[in-house]
Amino acid sequence: MTISTLTDAVLERALRELRATAPASVGSGALVATGLADRYARIDTALGRAFVAWNGRGVSWVGQAPDADTFESRFRAEVGRNITAAEALPARLADAIRRRLAGDRRVRIPLDLRGHTPFEVAVWMKALEIPRGEVRPYGWVAAEIGRPRAVRAVGTALAHNPVPLVVPCHRVVRSDGLIGQYSMGGPDAKRRVLVSEGLDTGWLEAEAARGIRFTGSDTTHIVCNPTCRDARRVTPRHRVTFPSLAAAASAGYRPCKHCRPVSLAA
Amino acid sequence: MDTDAALASRLARDLEAGFPDLVEGHRDRLFTIALRLLGDRRDAEEVAQDALVRAFRAMQGYQPERTAALRLRPWLASIAVNLARNRRRRADDRLPPSQLEPMLATGFDLAQDGRSGPAQRADRLETQRELATALLALRPSVRAAIVLRHVDGLSVTETAEALGRPEGTIKAQVHRGLRELRAMLESEPAPPLTTTAPKRAERLRPALEAIR
Repeated sequence: MTISTLTDAVLERALRELRATAPASVGSGALVATGLADRYARIDTALGRAFVAWNGRGVSWVGQAPDADTFESRFRAEVGRNITAAEALPARLADAIRRRLAGDRRVRIPLDLRGHTPFEVAVWMKALEIPRGEVRPYGWVAAEIGRPRAVRAVGTALAHNPVPLVVPCHRVVRSDGLIGQYSMGGPDAKRRVLVSEGLDTGWLEAEAARGIRFTGSDTTHIVCNPTCRDARRVTPRHRVTFPSLAAAASAGYRPCKHCRPVSLAA
Repeated sequence: MDTDAALASRLARDLEAGFPDLVEGHRDRLFTIALRLLGDRRDAEEVAQDALVRAFRAMQGYQPERTAALRLRPWLASIAVNLARNRRRRADDRLPPSQLEPMLATGFDLAQDGRSGPAQRADRLETQRELATALLALRPSVRAAIVLRHVDGLSVTETAEALGRPEGTIKAQVHRGLRELRAMLESEPAPPLTTTAPKRAERLRPALEAIR
């Protein structure tokens, strides 16, 4: 018979020594997954390099900054959460954003829009319905979300869009047809994005300057927003233009069911 | 750092504000539990993170009174044990047992131990490796009882609560686990590394005794 050399006390002490330290990714990963912290990476856009932030709830922020430090401090100041750099976007998210920027409106991208008002979210979701290569006036968004008088508030909400490009606030323009402001670099940047999406902004602004707000076809007697894909298929010979929806209505034109033109305040 | 009871009532008041402290206070032990149950560092990382996320989501669905009454240590341990169990079931289907041993090497952090010389550290590492390997040879129910009771340091009552077994069962499983660990560590190492390899227990004893 041998006497056991390992007493329970010795074994228990040795077992306690098996405690390990978790890698930092365990804690930060849990906070990101629950939406209490974010990660970010760079993406290429029509406006050049941009930063995308996301967490377990969705994309939380898209913005440009001269460098990563500036982006991080802006994010912390605006959103109030911690953020750390990631090597790259998760593959599925990167693919979804690439498709979305290429004009695929069916691709679903989860968004983390906590802390924003239902009105703001409604405005942004409506902007998502505008097809690539087209624009709609602020007043159209206001009417579509059932707040036809809240045109200015729509403009403010769009200016506060935390996820520009992913939510295409650049596709909403002034009701007088001018391009209007843009949070990601002003009217010139907005023009660049719209041009990259196939819209001829020079043509659009020239039409607006001539007082044209709506266009129709004298064969179908349907009136559209000028950039509606149906309107752009009309040949010059059959194309008619209107300064207002009332003028179109009195000429016997009915509104397009696709782009749903609305009367605009002067 | 507040006690778990104070943390639980803070979580009940404001889950998002309190959760980072729960992560800070519990991530190492959840990682340890998963690592000693599974033997693989990558799996343990995922289980620990997943356990924290599941705890958050569970508390999101709880009434504040229920969150405030949580005993966080056994509750979180039970989440990690269940996740590790599910993962092991899947792992059993794909990994032959021989692949377990090389993965153990990554479970230890030599640099962290500044209390003894390089030779003793190496001894100790070897000892810990053997103990961790022996743990993995225990049957899962016994291993879970030992890991929660003696690695994580839960009381018998808390271990019973975390594993959903009677205290008497836990006591018997811990007793049995210690006995089996001792038997494994005292047996001849197979295959022997050198022809003059002493009995494992004789080699191990100084290193085990050195642990304070």
